[in-house]
Amino acid sequence: MLETLLLQWNYLVFIMLMMIGLFMVISRRNLVKKLIGLTIFQTALFLFYISVGKVAGGTAPIIVHGAVEGSVLYSNPLPHVLILTAIVVGVATTALGLALVLRIRDAFGSIEEDDILAMNTKDGGEK
Amino acid sequence: MFVDNLPALIVVIPLLMAAVTALVPSRLSNLAWLMALLSTGTSFSAAWLNKSAAEGGSISYALGGWPPPWGIEFVTDGASALVTVVVSGLAFASTIYSKPLIYNEISRGDVPRVYAAWQLTVGALLGLVMTADAFNLFVFLEISALSSVTMIAMGAGRNRQALVAAYNYLVIGAVGATFYVMGVGFLYAMTGTLNMADLAERLPGVTAKAPVLVGMAFMVAGIFVKAAVFPVHMWLPAAYGYAPTAVTALLAAVATKASIYVLGRLLFTVFEGLGDVTGLLLNWVVLPVSLMAIFAGTILAIWEKDLKKLLAQSSIAQIGYITLGLGLGTTQGISAGFIHIANHALIKGGMFMAVGGLALALGKRANISNIEGLGRVMPITASALTVCGLSLIGLPLTAGFISKVYLVLAIIASEYWMIAALVLLSSALSVIYLWKIMEAIWMKPAPHGLKITENPAVYLPLWVITLLNIWLGIDASFVTTSADAAALALMTGAGS
Amino acid sequence: MMEVSTAMWVGLFAPLVVAVLIPALAVRSNWRDSAGPLGAIISFIAALTVAQDVLAGNTPELVLVTIAEGLDLSFRVTPLGAVFGCVASGLWIAAALYSTGYMRGNHEKHQTRFAVCYAVAVHAAMAIAWSGNLMVLFIFYEILTFSTYPLVTHKESQEAIRAGRLYMGILVGTSVILLLPAVIWVWMVAGTLDFTHGGVLAGKLAPEYAPWMVALFAFGVGKAALMPIHRWLPAAMVAPTPVSALLHAVAVVKAGVFTILMVMVYIFGIDFLQVTKASQWLVWLAGFTILASSVIAITKDDLKARLAYSTVSQLSYIVLGAALATSSAVEGGVIHIVMHASAKITLFFCAGAIYVGAHLTKISELDGLGPRMPLVFVAFFLGALSIIGIPPMGGSWSKFLLMMGAVEAGMSIMVAVLAISSLLNVYYLLEPVFRAFFRPVNTEIKINSPVLTVLPPVATAILSLVLFFAIGYLTPFSQMMVTP
Repeated sequence: MLETLLLQWNYLVFIMLMMIGLFMVISRRNLVKKLIGLTIFQTALFLFYISVGKVAGGTAPIIVHGAVEGSVLYSNPLPHVLILTAIVVGVATTALGLALVLRIRDAFGSIEEDDILAMNTKDGGEK
Repeated sequence: MFVDNLPALIVVIPLLMAAVTALVPSRLSNLAWLMALLSTGTSFSAAWLNKSAAEGGSISYALGGWPPPWGIEFVTDGASALVTVVVSGLAFASTIYSKPLIYNEISRGDVPRVYAAWQLTVGALLGLVMTADAFNLFVFLEISALSSVTMIAMGAGRNRQALVAAYNYLVIGAVGATFYVMGVGFLYAMTGTLNMADLAERLPGVTAKAPVLVGMAFMVAGIFVKAAVFPVHMWLPAAYGYAPTAVTALLAAVATKASIYVLGRLLFTVFEGLGDVTGLLLNWVVLPVSLMAIFAGTILAIWEKDLKKLLAQSSIAQIGYITLGLGLGTTQGISAGFIHIANHALIKGGMFMAVGGLALALGKRANISNIEGLGRVMPITASALTVCGLSLIGLPLTAGFISKVYLVLAIIASEYWMIAALVLLSSALSVIYLWKIMEAIWMKPAPHGLKITENPAVYLPLWVITLLNIWLGIDASFVTTSADAAALALMTGAGS
Repeated sequence: MMEVSTAMWVGLFAPLVVAVLIPALAVRSNWRDSAGPLGAIISFIAALTVAQDVLAGNTPELVLVTIAEGLDLSFRVTPLGAVFGCVASGLWIAAALYSTGYMRGNHEKHQTRFAVCYAVAVHAAMAIAWSGNLMVLFIFYEILTFSTYPLVTHKESQEAIRAGRLYMGILVGTSVILLLPAVIWVWMVAGTLDFTHGGVLAGKLAPEYAPWMVALFAFGVGKAALMPIHRWLPAAMVAPTPVSALLHAVAVVKAGVFTILMVMVYIFGIDFLQVTKASQWLVWLAGFTILASSVIAITKDDLKARLAYSTVSQLSYIVLGAALATSSAVEGGVIHIVMHASAKITLFFCAGAIYVGAHLTKISELDGLGPRMPLVFVAFFLGALSIIGIPPMGGSWSKFLLMMGAVEAGMSIMVAVLAISSLLNVYYLLEPVFRAFFRPVNTEIKINSPVLTVLPPVATAILSLVLFFAIGYLTPFSQMMVTP
C-alpha cells in the first residue's frame, strides 16, 4: 500500500497543493490571499494534468529535429496543450481578481473581508 | 457555405464583434450598442435557422475541419438547438432593452467596454451550449464567467457592493470551473478522449471505477456552482442584485440556463453508460438539492425587500424546479425541465426588465416600499410585471402554468407523490411574495411629486416578452415538442 | 335566432369583448355603462340558444385550441352547464344595470376598472359552465379567482387589502394544493378528464380511495365555501355590493357548487357514489355547515354579513344534494342553483339599495324604513320567502326536492336539518322586513334612491316568483342529468 502511494507521489503532491489552495480561499480573510490560494489551487490542477500525460520513458512532446519517424517516444502532448489554455485562463482570472481588489481598496479603504462586511451592514453602500 | 457554418457562426459572431466593440471610442458609444444589437440579432437568426436545419436529426460540425474525436465538435441536436434559440433570443431582447438602462447606470466612457463584455458573455454561453468537447466547455465556461464578472463589477458606479459581489462570483466561479476541469482530467486520464460522445462510449468500458466516479463527482460539483444550485448558489443573489439592471436581466435569463443544460448533457449523454451510478447521483443528490433550492429560494424571497434580490432568490427556486425535472432521470422529467428552461427565461427575463423599468423611473433601486403606487403612474410597465408575475406563480393560460403542469405530471409518472405535493405547496407559497409586490404597486396611493415617464425603448421589448408568456401559455406546442426532442436527444446520445 | 356553434362563441366571448370595449368607451360614461347590459343580453340569448339545443338532446361542442398534446381547450355543454350558463348571463343583465346605478349613486372611483373585471369574471363563469373537461374548468376557475381579486379589493382600504389576502390565500391555496392534485389523480386513474354522463371513475378507482378523492374536491373547491374554508366569503363583503351580488349569486360561489355538482355527476357518477358511499361523510359536513352558518347569521347585525353567512348555508344545500347522490337530491341541487341565485341576488341588491339610498348597513338601523323604501323591502321580503322555501316562491321546489332526496338516500335526518334551517332562515331573513314595516315609520332620514338600484331587485324578486311556476322549464335539464 505504502509502495503504491510512493510510486504515485505526483498525485499526493497534487492533492496536497489543491487542498492548501482551497483552504486558503475559504479561510483567509484577506482578498489578495484568497487569490493566491486560488492560484495555488489551479496550479495543482496543472500539475495533475501534466503528470498524467507523462509517458514512462517519453521525452518532452516537441518533435526532435532530424529524428527518424517512429524512433522517439514522446509524452502525450494533449495535456500540455490543455494546460496552456488553462494557464491562460488562470492568468486572466488572477488579473481580473487583482483589478477588482484594487477597486475594492479604493471603494472601501480595506481589503480585509471582515472590514468590508462591517461597512456593508452599516451603510448598505448605496450611492 | 453560410448555412454549413451556422453552428460556428452562432458563437463566433458575438465573440469577434466583442473585440471590435472594445475599440469603439466613448463618444461613439451608441455604435457599441448597435454592434451588440447586430451581433446578438445575427446569432439569434443563425440559431433559429440552425434549429430548423437540424429538425429531426442532428448536425455535427467539426471546427477547423478536424474530425472528431480528435478535433473539437459542435453538435446541434434537439437539446442544443432549443437552448441556443432560447439563449440567443433572450440575449437579443435584452440587448434591445438595455440601452436606456446602461446609459443610466454606467458612465459614457465605459459603455463600449460593457457592450464588449456583453457580447463576450453571450458568445461564450452559446459556445457552452453548442460544444461537444468537454475541455472546450471549460474554456467557454471561463470566458463567460470572466466577462460576466466584469459586467457585474460595472454596477459599482451605483453601489460599491457590486465589486464585492463580482469578486465573490469570480473566486467561487473559478473554484467551480477548476473542479469541473479536474473532473475532465480524470475522465481523460481513464479514456484518452475529450469528446462527449466518445466519452459516453468509452466510460462504461473502463475497469477502474474509482477515478471515473471521482471525475464525475468533480464535474457535476463544478457545474452546480455555475448553475447556482443550492447550496453553492450563494454568489447569485448579490451578483444579480448589484449588477447593472440590464446585466441582471441578461444573466438571469440566460446564464444559469446554459449551465443547467450542461448539467443535463453531462448526466444523460456523457454518463449514460454508467446508469446505476447516475441514478444514485440523481436520487440522492440532485433531487434533494433541488427541493431544498425550491424552498430556500421561495422562503428567502418572501423575506427579501430589495426587488432585484427578491427576484434573484426566486430564480434560485425556479432553477430548483428545472434541476428537479432533470433529477427525475426520465425523458418526461427532462422534457419538463427543458420546458421550464425556456419558459423561465421568458418569465424572469420579463420580470427583471420590468423591475429595471421601474428603477429607471424612480432613479434608484426598487424595493417593496418605494414602488408603492407605481401601478397608477406606470401602467404599461406595471401590468407587464403583473402578467409575468402571474406566469411565475403558474396562472393557467400563461407559460408558467404549462411548466408546472408538465413538471408535476412528470413527477407523478415517477411516482414521487411527496415531491409532487411539495412542488404544489411551494407554488402556493410563491403567491405570497408575488402578492407583496402586487399590493405595493397597485393597492397603494400614487407617489406624489415624481415625474414619471415610461420609456418605450424599455417597455416595448418588455411587452414582447410578456405577450410571449401568454402566447406560450395558450399554444405551448412549440416549446413542448422542442423540449421533447431535447430530452430525447439527451437520452440517446450526442450526435456524431 | 343564431346557430348553435355561433351561440357558443358568442356566449363565451361576448363578455370578453365587453371587457375590451369598456376602456375604449370610457370617455363617454353612458356608452361605457351600456356595454355591460347590452353584452349581457347578447350572452343570455346565446345561452338560451345553447340550452334549447341541449334540451333537444344534443351536446353542443367547441374546441378552441390545443394548448399541448392531450390538453385541449374544449367546451361541451352538459344540461347542468346549460342551466348555469343561462343563470350567469341572465343575471348579469340585472347586475350590470344595477352596478351602474350603485357605482354612480355612491360616486365610486375606478368604475372602468370595475366594469372590465366584472366582464372578465362573467366570461370565466361562462367558460366554467360550458367546459368540456376538468382541466378547462380548472383553468377558468383560477382565472375567475384572479379576475375577481381587483373587484374584492376595489375600495383599496386596509380592510379591503386584508380581505383580498384572505380571499386569494384561501382560494388559490385550496385550488393549487387540493384541487389540482385531485384533477391529476382523476386523470391518472381514469385516463381522461372529459365530463361523461355516468362518470369516468366507475371500475377505475378503488372504492376505499373514493371518499378521499371526494374530500380533495370538496375542500379543493374553495368557492363552494364548505366549512371550514368558508372564511373568505364574509371577508369579501368589504367589496361594493354589486360585487357581492355577483359573487354570491352569479359567478364565484355558483362556479364553486357547479364544479362540485359536475364532478359528482359527470366524473364520479351518481351510481358510483351510491355504491361506494364515498360522499356519506360530506352529507354530514354539509348538514353541519347549513346549521352552523345559519346560527352565525343570526348573530350578525351587519346586513351584508348576515347575507354572507346565509349564502354559506345555502351553498351547502347544493353540496348536500350532490353528496346525497340520489336523483331527487341532485335535481334539488341543480334547481337550487337557479332559485338561490335569483333570490340571493335580490337580497344583495336590496342591501346595496339601502346603502346607497339611506346610507345604512346595520339591521338594527332599519327600523321603520319600510314605508320610505317600499319597493326595496317588498323585494327583500319576496327574496327571503324564496330562500326560506315557501310557495309560491321558487325556492320551495328545490327545498322539496332536496328533502325527497334525503329520504331516498335513507338519511331522513337531513330532512330535519333542512326544516330547522328553514326556521332559522325565517328568523334571520325576516327580521329586517319585520323591523322595516312593523316599527314606527322613520321620517327623519333622507332617502335618495337611484332608479337603477331599485328596479333590478324588483325584477329579480318577480323572477323568483315566476320561477315557481316555470319549474317545468327547469326539470327537463335536471332530469337529463340523473337519468342513466
